[in-house]
Amino acid sequence: MGVGIEVHGLNAWYGKNLALNSIDMSVPANHVTAVIGPSGCGKSTFVRCLNRMHETIPEAYAEGSVKVGEMDVYGSGSDPVEVRRRIGMVFQKPNPFPTMSIYGNVAAGLKLNGFRNRKQMDELVERSLRLAALWDEVKDNLHKKSGASLSGGQQQRLCIARALAVEPEVLLMDEPASALDPISTSKIEELIFQLKQHYTVVIVTHNMQQAARVAELTGFFLMGSLIEYDKTEKIFTTPADKRTEDYVTGRFG
Amino acid sequence: MDQGATAFAILAAILVLVPLLAIFAYLVIKGIGSVNLAFLTQTPKPPGEAGGGMANAIVGTGLILAIASVFGVPLGIGSGIYLAEYGRNRFGDFIRFTADVLNGVPSIVIGIAVYSLIVVRQKHFSAFSGGVALGIMMIPTIARATEEMLLMVPNVVREAAYGLGIPKWRTTLSISLRTASAGVITGCMLAFARVAGETAPLLFTAFGNQFWNLKLNQPTAALSLQVFTYAISPYDEWHKQAWAGALILIVMIVGAVAAVRLTTRGSLKGA
Repeated sequence: MGVGIEVHGLNAWYGKNLALNSIDMSVPANHVTAVIGPSGCGKSTFVRCLNRMHETIPEAYAEGSVKVGEMDVYGSGSDPVEVRRRIGMVFQKPNPFPTMSIYGNVAAGLKLNGFRNRKQMDELVERSLRLAALWDEVKDNLHKKSGASLSGGQQQRLCIARALAVEPEVLLMDEPASALDPISTSKIEELIFQLKQHYTVVIVTHNMQQAARVAELTGFFLMGSLIEYDKTEKIFTTPADKRTEDYVTGRFG
Repeated sequence: MDQGATAFAILAAILVLVPLLAIFAYLVIKGIGSVNLAFLTQTPKPPGEAGGGMANAIVGTGLILAIASVFGVPLGIGSGIYLAEYGRNRFGDFIRFTADVLNGVPSIVIGIAVYSLIVVRQKHFSAFSGGVALGIMMIPTIARATEEMLLMVPNVVREAAYGLGIPKWRTTLSISLRTASAGVITGCMLAFARVAGETAPLLFTAFGNQFWNLKLNQPTAALSLQVFTYAISPYDEWHKQAWAGALILIVMIVGAVAAVRLTTRGSLKGA
């Protein structure tokens, strides 16, 4: 089951540049929440702060409070490795491990975290590939084909399966369909819709139609601030803020 | 223009092949006549006596190279990992500079350095000191190759691993190094092949031996040393055996490189 996310006073920096300015946001469990905004508004930085991926970039750091379920992400005893295991992430460009088979890719997170039970691993791999709607296309070549030999859309679903295999509570998606063709995109969107039964999903997207199609809630970011956060329908039809309206009606961005 | 460039590239490739094949062919012509069972299984006979072989030197070369690899490969790969994954700082620059300088140090100087560090202290020549000398020579090549290959691994691959909650050390060893493995192995084989034929660093370390030795702390024969000794000797029989020794050395190097290539080749389609 998914868990909710509570963000309070989150600031993020790249060196001396403030990229996120005091963000407060409450993401409900088992919903899809979209994060939209023009390039450079901080939306990717925001989701990367939720699982402490932000700080893997040299000189980048964040402070504030992020609670994912019971877990205090930026608490003093918090381990970024453990945080990332419980909050899965799918990236903009499909990034399968190039020297690993399809099976190896999905099992990587389990194996490299010391999981040894072969039978259980087989089950988790199958379950994850089914959840990612890729099982039927790859089940005959699990060990023979490399992850990199799949098409772009399949690779992205493989990456989703890989993230799901470690059984996270939240799934972050950073423009997961922006490098894909329309058919692959619609498959990923369908998938996102299915995934919210089991997970809390936060998706960054450039594509406002996509946000409208998949998300119940949408947050609009501009220049490092969260301008407006509401039901998706409200954001796209009767936004409260003039800047949100200008953006969603295509006047800038 | 395009055709001209292609033609030039093909010509250059052929010209590179010529000396390589010529050397090999000449070695075969000169050496094959002296390669026989006795050569491969017996130790040297005193000068003037016919027969005998270089079996002890063949085994000695294998022993010294094994020591060199045990010593040079982990240290080389380890420092390459440091340079690529942690070395974006002044200490990293210093290591990089040192490695490049070490790469240019004449091999005889390395032999003398190991002589004074190990041989003088232990008070005798040894297979171990020869292996250490060759191992030191392997390190800079392997370190720089490992660094360059790791830097070619796209950062999104590392991010994918971090995103799964895999710790950095695990990511480096099981993801980045694995992705770069083909290039790293090539670097190791280049370093191995380069030191396998070295003579100078062994002169004051392994020293050479006319008899069998499998002890790490005793002087040991090596093919390169044996070839050197025989080639400058006044005996015809030894000259022939020197050619045969050189041929065996080349075959051993090519064999080792080919064996490593075959056993580490990936079995995945489309990888």
